[in-house]
Amino acid sequence: MELVYFDNSATTKPHRQVIDEVALCMEKVFANPSSAHRLGIEAEKKASTARAKVGRLIGALPKEIIFTSGGSEANNTAILGTVAKGEHIVTSKIEHPSVIRLLESMEAAGCQVTYLEVDSRGLVRLDQLEAAVKDNTRLVTIMHVNNEVGSIQPIADIVRLVRTNSKKARVHVDAVQSAGKLELDVKQTDVDMLSLSAHKIHGPKGVGALYIKSGLRLKPLIYGGGQESGIRSGTENLPGISGFGVAAGAAVEDKQKKADRIYLVKKHFIERLSEIDAAVINSPLDNMHIDSILNVSFGGIRGEVLLHALEDYNIYVSTGSACSSKQEGHNNYVLPALGLKKCDVEGAVRFSFSYDNTLEEVDYTIEALKKILPFLRRLKR
Amino acid sequence: MKCLLVKYSSEITLKGLNRKVFEEGLLREVRRRIGQEHRIDKESGRFFIHTYSDEMIEELQKVFGILRVTVAEIVEKDIEAIGRTAAEQIRTINGVRTFKIESKRADKRFPFNSMEISSEAGGYVLKSVEGIRVDVHAPDVTVKVEVRDKVYVYTKEYEGIGGMPYKSAGKGILLLSGGIDSPVAGFMMAKRGLELSCVYYHSHPYTSERAKDKVVDLARKLSEYTGPIRLYIVPFTRIQMDIMEKCREDELTIIMRRFMMKLAELAASREGAKALVTGESLGQVASQTLESIFVTNSELELPVFRPLIGWDKVDIMDVSRRIGTYDISILPYEDCCTVFVPKHPKTRPRLEEIKRSEEKLDMMGLMEEALENAEILVVDKTFEK
Repeated sequence: MELVYFDNSATTKPHRQVIDEVALCMEKVFANPSSAHRLGIEAEKKASTARAKVGRLIGALPKEIIFTSGGSEANNTAILGTVAKGEHIVTSKIEHPSVIRLLESMEAAGCQVTYLEVDSRGLVRLDQLEAAVKDNTRLVTIMHVNNEVGSIQPIADIVRLVRTNSKKARVHVDAVQSAGKLELDVKQTDVDMLSLSAHKIHGPKGVGALYIKSGLRLKPLIYGGGQESGIRSGTENLPGISGFGVAAGAAVEDKQKKADRIYLVKKHFIERLSEIDAAVINSPLDNMHIDSILNVSFGGIRGEVLLHALEDYNIYVSTGSACSSKQEGHNNYVLPALGLKKCDVEGAVRFSFSYDNTLEEVDYTIEALKKILPFLRRLKR
Repeated sequence: MKCLLVKYSSEITLKGLNRKVFEEGLLREVRRRIGQEHRIDKESGRFFIHTYSDEMIEELQKVFGILRVTVAEIVEKDIEAIGRTAAEQIRTINGVRTFKIESKRADKRFPFNSMEISSEAGGYVLKSVEGIRVDVHAPDVTVKVEVRDKVYVYTKEYEGIGGMPYKSAGKGILLLSGGIDSPVAGFMMAKRGLELSCVYYHSHPYTSERAKDKVVDLARKLSEYTGPIRLYIVPFTRIQMDIMEKCREDELTIIMRRFMMKLAELAASREGAKALVTGESLGQVASQTLESIFVTNSELELPVFRPLIGWDKVDIMDVSRRIGTYDISILPYEDCCTVFVPKHPKTRPRLEEIKRSEEKLDMMGLMEEALENAEILVVDKTFEK
């Protein structure tokens, strides 16, 4: 096989139309969207179109979308822009590092943080959430879909629970992994803020968005010329933003067909994994886990070693999340939070799918695993 | 007119009949660095390069065998012209209050001897530079005058790296890991004139592509001094797996090391090399105790150069910082996966026991296969992965 890309939760291959749009913006629509002349207005129109398309993806108004440099900045803006010193934040133990690391630093600076536990499926304990929300709780931030095991949090239930227990608390959702794949309407679920990233939906890297419910005021992270309603200053990354718009538009086309394909790929993969010894599935095929993520622990090996071995077959996967797995001493905290044993954490590999993956690619990968695993498992330790 | 004056190691000038060979080796290295187009004259322990630029000085400072480089002014054979030039050179340096002049007269036809040159030229400087004094013990600046075919006057000297011309001492195989020590060992032997080829043992898939890239980067750093280096990337996984399966766990490291040395020797015969070079330092880790070194050394025919054997780690680190390999070496990619490190490696292995264990392995077959599948890169400073 030429290339089997099963690392779509790390990043996706940009669509052809996205690449064309980025190139077009760089070549032709290069003016500053803030400029008063015609070229500037043309650029500004591109940004408006993108804003509308990204908004439509989650049922938001264009004016409720703020473009950022990506998901991490969107998360940071939502949290730092809402919470003041001494206030209380509720989150889960399996959030993305851009949330966890930030909250750790805020704790050191005098904020209170409650980290909710998750059950063995990776779902937040709602009883703990109910108990955690207090008078001074300012923010509840929970990810929609976990990037490592794909567990889907019941966002609507979470919002309802928060609303009944607090008037003051805002709800922020990191929807980077679910956008374009799962239905999530900000109006129906009544979330206050929501983070998106372009490159997870076949858009360009270096651009993301934060939905901010109209009427909500946030303190900016970056001050300057007042772009993006003053919340995110800096000349707009127009090629990225416009490319994001195109990707968001494409994500809603043939939505069901794409979802069906991803479902079939995961289903087929899980079925065929039964032919392989000691393969424990950490993200089963059910409505509590997203179809695009398949996390498997292979007994008796280290995920990292399997990752390199699969490279020889031109199959590309991740261990943990790609954002941080390069770092030495990076401790995976998500899988232990689910109660996985140390050896299962070490042996975990994440296959993550896109609608252009095929069943043949799955078969090819299974055959590769059958060749690799006996070799690697010769070492009993 | 200016020229570059290159002084080289007195070890070279003290060679008897071989001196020419060393000088030519050095000249070849100098030309490789700065290009073939420059006119270079040779005279008693010095090269005179008739063009110069700051970049050339930097390049020459990395050539093994060169002691010092300086930009010299070529002046008329006239004592007043010498004094004038000395004064000019002192004026270009800020805050000089004291000076001295050191002279050397190779051309005995010149009417002043070296003492006289210094005092005459010094007198000129005293007259023409305001507020300056002579201090022969600790001057702010020393002007040097050499009277040869021509007269050369210079002040600022740039330190060279010293040692002997690269490739003047034959060829060796450096066992290059991703660590701090082995690049330093390679550098030291290259500095003594030993041409290097490197071997690196790669444990794919137990070590990542990044670990390999790191070793390539280290070889590239060394090549900034040596010029192009051949790097053997030898697949090592099968050998490690075989040892793991068939031998005792605590013997893994020592048997692995024996394979590494023996494989390097095989590579040496292919490369026409006559020595191995390692970064071992006595007692640093279990495989570097005397007993372990005895066992890893016992089957080898070639001499093994271990220039760091008596060095402390901190001193090795100092050199590695100076030659620019430290920042690469400390990158965190594993070079020998933790899977392959026994919990309690033997620190006092017995040769007979180890040999008995090795009988279970097809050593020659495994080694030939590994070398057959080795990837050979030629790495220089422009190398791109």
